Amino acid sequence: MESTILAEMPITKTNKKLNVIQNSIEHIDSPVLKIDDLSVSYGGDKYSIRNVSAGIARNKITAIMGPSGCGKSTLLRAVNRMHELYPNTHNKGAVYLGDENIYKLNPIQLRRKIGMVFQRPNPFPTMSIYDNVIAGFNLNGIKLKRPEKDEIVERSLREVGLWDEVKDALHNRGTFLSGGQQQRLCIARALAYTPEIILLDEPTSALDPIATAKIEDLLVKLKKDFTIVLVTHNMSQAARISDYSMFMYLGELVEYGKTKQMFTMPKDNRTEEYLTGKIG
Amino acid sequence: MNSEKIFKYLLASSGILIVLIAVGIVATLFVGSIPSFKEYGFGFIFSSDWNPTEGRESYGALPFIIGTLMTSILALLITFPFAFSISLFLGEYFKHGKLPSFLRSVIDLLAGIPSVVYGLWGFYALRPLISELGINAQGFGIFTSSIVLAIMIIPYASSLGSEVISMVPGSLKEAAYSLGATRFEVVRNVIIPNAGSGIFAGYILALGRAIGETMAVTMLIGNSNKIPAGIFDLGNTMASLIANQFGEAEGLKYTSLVEIGLILFIITGIVNLLGKLIMKKLSA
Repeated sequence: MESTILAEMPITKTNKKLNVIQNSIEHIDSPVLKIDDLSVSYGGDKYSIRNVSAGIARNKITAIMGPSGCGKSTLLRAVNRMHELYPNTHNKGAVYLGDENIYKLNPIQLRRKIGMVFQRPNPFPTMSIYDNVIAGFNLNGIKLKRPEKDEIVERSLREVGLWDEVKDALHNRGTFLSGGQQQRLCIARALAYTPEIILLDEPTSALDPIATAKIEDLLVKLKKDFTIVLVTHNMSQAARISDYSMFMYLGELVEYGKTKQMFTMPKDNRTEEYLTGKIG
Repeated sequence: MNSEKIFKYLLASSGILIVLIAVGIVATLFVGSIPSFKEYGFGFIFSSDWNPTEGRESYGALPFIIGTLMTSILALLITFPFAFSISLFLGEYFKHGKLPSFLRSVIDLLAGIPSVVYGLWGFYALRPLISELGINAQGFGIFTSSIVLAIMIIPYASSLGSEVISMVPGSLKEAAYSLGATRFEVVRNVIIPNAGSGIFAGYILALGRAIGETMAVTMLIGNSNKIPAGIFDLGNTMASLIANQFGEAEGLKYTSLVEIGLILFIITGIVNLLGKLIMKKLSA
């Protein structure tokens, strides 16, 4: 309870100062995404994340860690503006995708460039596996010829290693798959559009260890073609698969750096306390 | 015997009593229809004669079955766009706030207005309008009844719909939004497919209401005993025929009316069962 109150503190001068230090933590060369002094509020002048600045490296896995309520999901959702689905949200600062401020773009267009995978597998229960994969095209009324669709479906399912498992059942409902398969289907659905960035919000927290391992292997393989940003509260997952890690605490980006560096020699003692289980 | 036991028996016996009453009603309908069934057999359903003249008595249910189905299905068609919009409005677009709760109470109010009041309104407000428009000389008929029926069943058609629409999981809507869907696309591709069978079940239950509705229809339909020539013609429904004629009925006419009652009971039974089955499938 106490932590949420603190997390919603209004921006103050001291917080701002802290951020100047944060910005120098890690310099990413030619980032694909640049978060610039971003603060997000779900209403009023209480901010769930405050003055976050960070560059996201291309073709790498960036993990966002932190205890519940630290703002990691909010930060992730602010990148494809999914947080705007809640009423009364507003934000300060900017996020640049290439040269464009995403808050100046049409959110519909933006979300086609930045795919998302959620905590619980959420394939559309009324659609077949096939239709789930091309749901992005169907939803947006993009008409494709049958061979094009077939190609996209096969490519996407191959990318997530699901093709061999489901190729004979493409027109069955996706809800009959196991949890891990469903989650890979959801990743395939996000990949079908060939977005630049894929955001994953604790994608394995509802899965068993074997399914989790499969997803982790998959993400490592996928970073060749995509930039991956992963929210996780599983520290060992972040350590295993991410190249860069962010540690968030009470709405602030406390530390950001190479994962190896952060796990072996954290610079901020809050990070150290989190990694050693003293907070969080 | 302790009070615990007495209470238990009291509960059990009132439960059993309800079952007995229901069985009794059905039995009365069956027994009462026997003479008519002996006279006409299944031909009763397909005969369009309704002739009470002594010596040449002949009765058939077809005009009333057709009249009932026409008024209620037409009412459902008229109600659909309104009920559907209300369901979407209350279930997805504006779930909370003053305006939605005001709208909700107005709709609940519609369900509480006595049928005869709807009939009066239809008679004095709607009928002259229909007549003015030249749709029908007196303003009576199937069409007039259907409009009033449509208003009466809006609460039944819309409430289940808004409930199932609001129950569509947020995670599915989020998935669609994350793929770049607009709100309209989410409604069309996620909400309607997921809530469709529930919305449909609501309409089936509303249809059941419309089929059995008596008073308002009796006051407006024109009570002609012929098969209606079209939706603007006069007609009669099974329910309003019974309401109009049971008082003076005896002999063959009485038993024919009871048989029509039985047919009405079976049709509404099937429609309600269908609606319940869809709902059960939905919740499974």
